[in-house]
Amino acid sequence: MSKVEEKLFENRYRVDEGRPHIAIINADVCEGKCTAKQCTYCCPAACYALEDGKVVLTTDGCLECGTCRVICDDHFNIEWSYPRGGFGILYKFG
Amino acid sequence: MAEKFDAIVVGAGPAGNSAAIVLARAGLKVLQLERGEYPGSKNVQGAILYAEALEQVIPNCRRQAPLERPIIEQRMWVLDDETYVGSNYRGVKKKDEPPTRYTVIRANVDRWMSKKATDAGVLLICEATVLDLIKQDGKVVGVRTDRVGGDIFADVVVLADGVNSLIATKAGLRPTIKAADVALAVKEMHFLPKEVIEQRFNIANDEGVVIEMFGKITKGMMGTAFLYTNRESIALGIGCMADDFKKGGITPYDMLDEMKKHPAIKPLIAGSEVKEYSAHLIPEGGYKAIPQVHGDGWVICGDSGGFVNAVHREGSNLAMASGRMAAETIIKLKEEGKPCTAPHLAAYRAALESSFVMKDLKKYKEMPEIFHANPQFFTTYPELLNKAAATMLKVDNVDKKTKQKEIAGEFVKRRSYLGMLGDAIKLVRSFR
Repeated sequence: MSKVEEKLFENRYRVDEGRPHIAIINADVCEGKCTAKQCTYCCPAACYALEDGKVVLTTDGCLECGTCRVICDDHFNIEWSYPRGGFGILYKFG
Repeated sequence: MAEKFDAIVVGAGPAGNSAAIVLARAGLKVLQLERGEYPGSKNVQGAILYAEALEQVIPNCRRQAPLERPIIEQRMWVLDDETYVGSNYRGVKKKDEPPTRYTVIRANVDRWMSKKATDAGVLLICEATVLDLIKQDGKVVGVRTDRVGGDIFADVVVLADGVNSLIATKAGLRPTIKAADVALAVKEMHFLPKEVIEQRFNIANDEGVVIEMFGKITKGMMGTAFLYTNRESIALGIGCMADDFKKGGITPYDMLDEMKKHPAIKPLIAGSEVKEYSAHLIPEGGYKAIPQVHGDGWVICGDSGGFVNAVHREGSNLAMASGRMAAETIIKLKEEGKPCTAPHLAAYRAALESSFVMKDLKKYKEMPEIFHANPQFFTTYPELLNKAAATMLKVDNVDKKTKQKEIAGEFVKRRSYLGMLGDAIKLVRSFR
């Protein structure tokens, strides 16, 4: 388990299976046009992974902060919304 | 036609709860929508509660609120890689003067405040994410959610939906928040026995300590860190501007882990059990980044309005005050039989302007840009200050005047006379 996974392991989630609330609009833009791929190092939950030059998004550990939405401002390639009511992170302390 | 309310409040944080409580106590029919399982389950804060702002919403709040510790001591640390220079203020508790700042656990406070709202008659629906505003002839007349069947209508919608302000953005009422105007903060909750916390921080049963930190720990990014003592836990967090994180160098979680290794911080959290890791954006763009806060049938409160005083680490008090002022504006219009149109709701903006909310934001309106463009305040100066302290405090048979010269020389070498003069002017412009 990576360090950030260990952190996320302490949190409570109710994952909306099969209904991710964030989506990459066009994967080719991430792979071909975006050089920095800042989502892969800015996301505090490491939801964005770099695999063979492609950006792979897994929203299960998302903390719903909105960082990826605001830092993807070169290509605006993220479609961002909150999870359905009741789903997602459930902070015990906040 | 679906059921109609006097007001719909979106969000059950400090701003939304304050607005809902004040509205309902005046007899208005209020619907409050919260996307979390319970109020607080989506909310993140350090957290410090500012009692005087809450007192104006819930009188006698200190006796009832789930408070952790009143803050008796404030420590300010300027950190180099392994050292820090700091200053402390330690007050005393006075009988006739209750404390104004308390550490709190945010989820507990939100739930408690929300109970006050429902007790006052607010209809609260949780697990309901608001998707869109409903507009009629340019006026906001209701909301569409993913949960409640059909559309819901109201005379006014109070948007207290948090920093991302997604609903207003989608409706075209404001631009998308910018990476340069928000800080990304990450936090861990470290649990320790109560007695251990009290020994480590030199405090009694009902006393708390706050440590605010800045310097090399943010790796040249514009940011700060904090440590707050709760009753049986320590909240430890660090945050930097999102566009600084974008430039790269270190991930937020690695920055937090590096901070935990600092020799001054490590012993304070030693042996603790981490029970939660959170992340949140903080609107730190200040006065210049505040969007339009009212329009036909809508007002914006709290973080969604960018009401955060980054210099003083205040936000929840601005949130509660703005929620209360929005509610008071709506109540007055209702009493006068006036509709919630943009010209009438301008009274909300005026109330904000004449209060500490906008006055404080205006005072520091230059600060975000200046600090953003001058990383030396987070790197070079903390380093120089720490070295100066180390040089002066080292007793090594060298005379003090020589040491003084060495320190001054180091400052000039790193920043130059002109550079330091410029930095001094920038500081004055930031804080005057």
